[in-house]
Amino acid sequence: MGTRFIIQKTERTVTHRGASLSFLATKRQVVASNQEEFLRRIADRVSCATLSRREILLMSTSKANPLPARPLPSQVVKDDEPILVAAAKAGDISAFETLVGRYERKIFRLAQNITQNKEDAEDVMQEAFLKAYEHLGEFQGNSRFYTWLVRIAVNQALMKLRKRRPNQVSLDEEVDTGEELMPREVEDWGPSPEERYKQAELGGILSGTIAELDPSFRIVFQLRDIEEMSTEETAEALGLSIPAVKSRLLRARLKLRQKLNRYFRRGENS
Amino acid sequence: MNCRSIVKELSNYLDEALDSTLKDSIEKHLEHCDDCRVVVDTTKKTIQIYCNSEPAPLPEDTKLRLREALVKHLRRVRA
Repeated sequence: MGTRFIIQKTERTVTHRGASLSFLATKRQVVASNQEEFLRRIADRVSCATLSRREILLMSTSKANPLPARPLPSQVVKDDEPILVAAAKAGDISAFETLVGRYERKIFRLAQNITQNKEDAEDVMQEAFLKAYEHLGEFQGNSRFYTWLVRIAVNQALMKLRKRRPNQVSLDEEVDTGEELMPREVEDWGPSPEERYKQAELGGILSGTIAELDPSFRIVFQLRDIEEMSTEETAEALGLSIPAVKSRLLRARLKLRQKLNRYFRRGENS
Repeated sequence: MNCRSIVKELSNYLDEALDSTLKDSIEKHLEHCDDCRVVVDTTKKTIQIYCNSEPAPLPEDTKLRLREALVKHLRRVRA
């Protein structure tokens, strides 16, 4: 079942997967009260992650399909995303803030992997969320909200990158590295090689390794294999042909494999 | 099917975007070519490690500046 609105004089109901959620106020009242509340909480520096869902879920009317208990942050599933987006569209600021809290780390990593600069990444993340909020009404729900957000962030990041290095970043040119595709080092890694490193150490290895790639390779890899966008979505987001995406992805994967070999091959740090 | 063709089709194979005939010939080659099998396994692992990696927590000051930017934007929208 998709997301559906039933708008009455003083009530707005969002129905999603058998669960009905009602706001007992007019749209205008919801916007006003939540903005005040949002500003007050920020002023107090109180995290609203635990409050936002309660505010949205004022009333659950479905007994046959009760809403599941709120999961731990690490287990957050995407099923409630349409509900949050619908609530944010209806003016619920805290619903939008929940989406920000859910995706800020991923968007920051994406921006950092593309721009390779912390300050630029921070700007990109802010601009992406502000733009997403501003244009939320244009989001049609044809893709996941997160995919839409990623596309906004990628556009912002590419603008930054091109501004900083105007002569170095051209995604649509054919990349001829003159390098042979055939792998040079062929060594087995054994099972779970990543477990040899602590989480922070592994994070450093992964970000350091991807940073060594040419921008046109690392951005395609980022979208396809980290953000899990399809080849078509990646091609559209970057203005590339599908064969160009596939070719860059293959090269990116092989290059990363080769670069990670020095950390993960058998006997290394074991 | 030779080693060069395996590398050329590696992405399509890992993405399960091949027809069954081509997929079968790749798998037949992998049964007797250790080098290609290692390349396939380690490339697959490369993708999995990146895909499964958790992004680091945002630095507190970065988080605070994001919240401040949102508040500022909302105030402007409300004004």
